[in-house]
Amino acid sequence: MQQFKCPFCGLRDEREFHFVGEAGKIRPDTTKEVTAEEWAAYLYQTRNKLGHAKEMWMHLTCAELFLMERDTSTMDVLAVQSLREYGV
Amino acid sequence: MSCERIATGGLIDRSRRLSFRFDGTAYEGLKGDTIVSALMANGVRVMGRSFKYHRPRGAWGAWFDDPNAIFDITLNGETLPNCSGAMTPLEEKMDVRSVNAWPTAACDVKGILDHFNRFLPAGFYYKTFMWPNWHLFEPSIRKMAGLGVLDAQVLSDYHASHHHSRCDVLVVGGGAAGLTAARTAAESGQDVIIVDDHPELGGGVYRRHMQIDGQSPADWVESQQTAIIAAGGRVMIATTANGVYDHKLTVLAQYRGFGKAPAFWKVRADRIIMATGAIDRPVTFANNDRPGMLSLEAGVEFLARYGVLPGRSICVLSNRPEAGEIVKPLIDAGAAITEVDPVGVEITGKSGRRLSGLRIGNRTVECDTVLASAGLTPVVHLWRHAGGKLDWDEGRCAFLPGHPPEGMSAIGAANGTYDFEASLREAHAAGLGKTSEGRGGYSLTPLWPKARKGVRQWIDFQNDVTLKDIELAARENLVSVEHLKRYTTLGMAGDQGKTSNMAGLAAMASLRGKPIPDVGTTTFRPPFVPVPLELYAGARRGTRFNAIKRLALESEHRKLDAAMAEYGGWLRPAWYGGIDQNAAVGREIRTARICAAIMDASALGTIEVMGPDASAFLNFIYYNTMSNLKPGRVRYGFMLTEGGRVFDDGVTARLSETHFVVSCSSAHADAVMAHLEQWRQDGNDPDRIYIHDVSDQWSTVTIAGPKATGIVAQLGLSIVTGEEAFPHMSIRSCELAGRTVRVARVSFTGDASYEVSISSLHAEGLWRHALEVGASEGAGPVGAEALSVLRAEKGYVLVGKDTDGETMPHDLGFGAPRLKKTAAFLGDRSLHTDVANSLNRKQLVGLSVASGEAALPIGGHIVVSKGGEFVSRGFVTSSYGDTTSGTPVALGLVGAELAEIGTKVEVRYLGRIHDAEIASASFYDPDGGLLHA
Repeated sequence: MQQFKCPFCGLRDEREFHFVGEAGKIRPDTTKEVTAEEWAAYLYQTRNKLGHAKEMWMHLTCAELFLMERDTSTMDVLAVQSLREYGV
Repeated sequence: MSCERIATGGLIDRSRRLSFRFDGTAYEGLKGDTIVSALMANGVRVMGRSFKYHRPRGAWGAWFDDPNAIFDITLNGETLPNCSGAMTPLEEKMDVRSVNAWPTAACDVKGILDHFNRFLPAGFYYKTFMWPNWHLFEPSIRKMAGLGVLDAQVLSDYHASHHHSRCDVLVVGGGAAGLTAARTAAESGQDVIIVDDHPELGGGVYRRHMQIDGQSPADWVESQQTAIIAAGGRVMIATTANGVYDHKLTVLAQYRGFGKAPAFWKVRADRIIMATGAIDRPVTFANNDRPGMLSLEAGVEFLARYGVLPGRSICVLSNRPEAGEIVKPLIDAGAAITEVDPVGVEITGKSGRRLSGLRIGNRTVECDTVLASAGLTPVVHLWRHAGGKLDWDEGRCAFLPGHPPEGMSAIGAANGTYDFEASLREAHAAGLGKTSEGRGGYSLTPLWPKARKGVRQWIDFQNDVTLKDIELAARENLVSVEHLKRYTTLGMAGDQGKTSNMAGLAAMASLRGKPIPDVGTTTFRPPFVPVPLELYAGARRGTRFNAIKRLALESEHRKLDAAMAEYGGWLRPAWYGGIDQNAAVGREIRTARICAAIMDASALGTIEVMGPDASAFLNFIYYNTMSNLKPGRVRYGFMLTEGGRVFDDGVTARLSETHFVVSCSSAHADAVMAHLEQWRQDGNDPDRIYIHDVSDQWSTVTIAGPKATGIVAQLGLSIVTGEEAFPHMSIRSCELAGRTVRVARVSFTGDASYEVSISSLHAEGLWRHALEVGASEGAGPVGAEALSVLRAEKGYVLVGKDTDGETMPHDLGFGAPRLKKTAAFLGDRSLHTDVANSLNRKQLVGLSVASGEAALPIGGHIVVSKGGEFVSRGFVTSSYGDTTSGTPVALGLVGAELAEIGTKVEVRYLGRIHDAEIASASFYDPDGGLLHA
């Protein structure tokens, strides 16, 4: 059972969290022409790299959405950052 | 009798005799015995039969490393299968049965299988029973295979309690090293937990021939324990550390006596010190599986803990340099010892039911017992669970803990530090969080399996894997140790490689001409010893696993004799008045259609969305345009996933420019909340949008039916009702008897309908008032079952029931926003892919049957014949027999080529064919005039 640090609540067990997706995906502007390839890349293509990963997670009990950097091979949590700090 | 209890010694209580039965024969043991030690005290050698060949087997180990003594045990009428006899403490009146043997382990009729061994190599069953179909043979083979027999009766009160704890230092293993580390850590001010799986601390120290610090082993253990507790440490005995999981979560199973579920502990420690010891590995020779061959240390352990001498005439067969020192207590207890160097000689166990001697080269050694060890294997399971590395040590012929996982260290024999004094120094340093000087030298002459013709040499006793099976696997190119394991079953089941792994991989290494470390080990996985699955479940069952949501009006429904049932996590009234569902639902449908239904709609998810950006936000979230919704109006809409699939549906009401109320499916409120929060925080200014789930705060009473408008007019609301002033799809905030209410004109039945919402604190008053006013018009309470008929015959979908993971809004007849909405919205681009534009998409349709026919089966498939093959082109999603019109109605998703009204289709279900015809999904008032009545 991993432990993640919610920027709002602090250290909590993994089961309170929901994986949202890889960070850094920009939604294409759908009011303009978006090719099928661009849309498919946005929807489905993930880097899924072994090692350093930057991801979006939600702490379900407080609904805080945040950025987490972690190592997917060692399961080490490297950093967490609220989206406000990040400045979305 | 070759094994017996001697007059003195051991940790047993000689004043407490326990009677028990084994395979029908009565025996006596002592308090403190395990089942195996009690059997050995009675001279019983044969304790079970092997898995495949039904060879007689006796105990090899004295604790978790015993693969052979597996029993079904009955006590107080409850039977637990596959208990480890070496680890289960004996209790009065236990009825112990050997597994895999009939009628008894000593005389097993299937023992004849052993004579067919040449026809039963690894993979025999897979290869032989392929034609014509494995499933023909499976039942009888399954009956022959397996170990214990499961009692069909459910154990009463067999619940594991779950506990959480944390500490600075968790020490696993209560032997000399573990005790020293725990004491040092505790006395230096650290918060310490020490766990040991035996009923008493001490580990291997009782086997020692010599005193420790001038004390007997038992006194030394006692003084360490006292010191640990005095320094604030916590001691957990009879507790197995079964696994280390991510971020150092260690899980413990605490034995609570036979027939009771173990207690489950989840411990977070800043540091874990692994002092789990090392076990002897078997010597591989011909007939090495015969009862009477025990591990070297186990032979001494039975004497040290249980006062049982494993044999009178003992042959010690080991390459361990300290073997002579280890067996000294046995000599003191009166055994005659012959030491044999097993290196470089051919050894054959004298055959027979049990060992009566060894032929070593040309020489024969008579004995009644063999104590064997081909070297020590450190118990490194927890180390590997946590991701620690193993290094091959040539001197010890063993994998030792290498690069450590964060916060973990290994000490004592588990670390390959076999020297007693060195292990105490290492433990002392580890207790203080320091690294120590090193393991010291050790030199073991390698002793690995050697192929021999014409004999069988056992590698895995529990799963009956011989060296020949490994040779076969190598010949068939199943050379990876993970393949080897799965092909031959080497290291499966309860053993999990504890005794079998090293010999198995050494054999494979030798067959491949590679060094052992290049072959590697199989994956170590928790649990370390078998545990009942109940351990993990604990109290997380039923409503404690998934808490049921309860209505504020539940007691009111019960007063009306409601049948309560779960719908999407909510306990809701299914129908009212008695146990006859059909009669009640039929009555309620008529009430709803002729007068009015009064329903508790509080389970619907209610989410308030507020703020200056709320309108733009909802316009993006919804498929339908929400930004132009006027205050006081309500709009039906879909939320889509980015993949364009229907995620939820419901009505959204706009109370003011900046205040919306979103209602969503009752089962879906949590998911919709998370969905909204995600998009609110990602890409929006969260200070300009606020979202609150107020489902629990508001209760809703719905009045729906031809007489609903009349009834609502009599409620005493502070607004003018009627179609002119308060039309369909609008919302009003007003007062009722001095309390704030919201009234929304939305319909889920197809008739004029009013949803009156009030604070849940005042729901009772509203409910009773509505029933009272309604009763004079013939209205009455209507439950969820009737409502699902009313909505289905109107063609209103339930998302997740009438839709699936492919359904897009234009499949449900809502195609306009896809083509016309210009603003960006979730899932928009996905509605214009080749898949979305396909003309063969499944569409929502109605399905009717000829008069007199029964309702279509839900889940039945609409099947067409294509070139002689039957192909599914859709399925029935909702179907009801008792409807307003009296004829069955059904909804389904059907391929567009069949979706034209009037098309005749075949619905196939469980071998039956039902004829049906495509109809409008709206069977009730298709023009919608009644909504405005």
